[in-house]
Amino acid sequence: MKHNAAFECTGTILNSFKDRFLDTDQLLEQVMKLPIYMDYSATTPVDPRVAEKMCSFLTPDGMFGNPASRSHKFGWDADDAVEEARRQVADLINANPKEIVWTSGATESNNLAIKGAAHFYSKRGKHLITCKTEHKAVLDTCRQLERDGFEVTYLDPEPNGLVNLQTLESAIRDDTILVSIMHVNNEIGVIQDITAIGELTRARKILFHVDAAQSAGKVPIDLETMKVDLLSMSAHKIYGPKGIGALYVRRKPRVRLEAQIHGGGHERGMRSGTLPSHQIVGIGEAFRIAKVEMAQENERLTTLRNRLWDGLKDMEEVYLNGDEEQRVAGNLNISFAYVEGESLIMALKDIAVSSGSACTSASLEPSYVLRALGREDELAHSSIRFSIGRFTTAEEIDYVINLVCEQVNRLRDLSPLWDMFKDGVDLKSVQWAAH
Amino acid sequence: MAYSEKVLDHYEHPRNVGKMDNSADNVGTGMVGAPACGDVMRLQIQVSEEGVIEDAKFKTYGCGSAIASSSLLTEWVKGKTLEEAQQIKNSQIAEELALPPVKVHCSVLAEDAIKAAVSDYHEKQKSTDS
Repeated sequence: MKHNAAFECTGTILNSFKDRFLDTDQLLEQVMKLPIYMDYSATTPVDPRVAEKMCSFLTPDGMFGNPASRSHKFGWDADDAVEEARRQVADLINANPKEIVWTSGATESNNLAIKGAAHFYSKRGKHLITCKTEHKAVLDTCRQLERDGFEVTYLDPEPNGLVNLQTLESAIRDDTILVSIMHVNNEIGVIQDITAIGELTRARKILFHVDAAQSAGKVPIDLETMKVDLLSMSAHKIYGPKGIGALYVRRKPRVRLEAQIHGGGHERGMRSGTLPSHQIVGIGEAFRIAKVEMAQENERLTTLRNRLWDGLKDMEEVYLNGDEEQRVAGNLNISFAYVEGESLIMALKDIAVSSGSACTSASLEPSYVLRALGREDELAHSSIRFSIGRFTTAEEIDYVINLVCEQVNRLRDLSPLWDMFKDGVDLKSVQWAAH
Repeated sequence: MAYSEKVLDHYEHPRNVGKMDNSADNVGTGMVGAPACGDVMRLQIQVSEEGVIEDAKFKTYGCGSAIASSSLLTEWVKGKTLEEAQQIKNSQIAEELALPPVKVHCSVLAEDAIKAAVSDYHEKQKSTDS
């Protein structure tokens, strides 16, 4: 009982902090904290409610036991907490808790799902289908399978970023065993029609894996109706901690996987390793909050995102990347033509955003996602991803609008391509000396 | 990536930004790079009858290091003879701006730009002579 009292005490202190924080909200808005964080698609801060819960699973007065310890209360308490979190994760996606396998994050989930299924079902066939705009955790895993003797078809998306169902259907072969398509794209935020793809794959008895790292907790997922067989999730994209994720593995019809990590046979043999109970209660709490608050939060984020887009779209030669409607609430990916992305990020040092164009290698590769959409080079090199979230305010949006407009204009005044555009020169007609 | 103070200074206060009349006989223009590669530099020089660079202007589409390299270049070429300007090496620019290895190509582009501008000027002189 002693540790419960201590825990309550910590809770009271945190609550009083929260009250004080709310009182000073107005003040905080007047003195805005810089830099402004607008990279929620990269990661999110942990929600204080989640952090509070996690802390109670670490210290001697908390439930620090090993959930695999069967012989004492420390282990039983930790196991109860892990199973509660499993229910919370399952609840968010309308699945059975027995279908949830803990992993270290979405990258591991993707590896386990794709390699695990491919190797288990390799006697049935050796062909997989995915899309060119998938996350590297999927693409690089597929490349590895190619080295292992599998064949992979990489679909081209439509210019709006969405996978064309007919294109997918015509890529299916007799030996296709798995289709892997992400739910929400990490760069451009477009939402794929998972329900429709699931119908297509289930009818042909092909497994369907979905990378839901960017969608779990942000877009409704109902696995009772969506015919998805494997679904990767992450905690740190939705205000949980880094280093924890989950893989949904369907039981009916049953999906089998070959384990990628061997050890003590944890997680029904699919993923060995001592369960990080503090991380697991973190993902559980984050997913619980997401389920309760998703609808309201999406409404708020959509309003803020539209405010940002409305503030930027009237500049000349500004393009939205990815479908305007089928898009997650917090993402806005914009190309500012004739301005190079890295220099723009440098100009926007008071806001934390990311650029598809990473001019850090000698090859100067622009975003492979934008290239797959068929964007011209100068647009692919000129993109900025703004991703907003739970702690973004309208004041921050207005500040960002002003700063971006000012800096885009400044850099355009420096840009020979902008001069040429203004003089009516077609950049495609110019003979460039590639280097 | 951390930028050196000199890169930041040129990036935030670029020198000699502008455009000269390309049709003038005493102006040489060098345009190097490509949009596909993420950087395009345009350097223009105005040359006196004695073959001295009286003025230089640039515009650059590219990262901060590319902008800084071209800005620095315009400072360096002014007052130099064409001969001297062509002696500028990319390594000198990279050293002055403390460019990291992944950004050395920006200084290479600047060296290409001055060479292209000088040769454009010579081409123009030849055609006016004939």
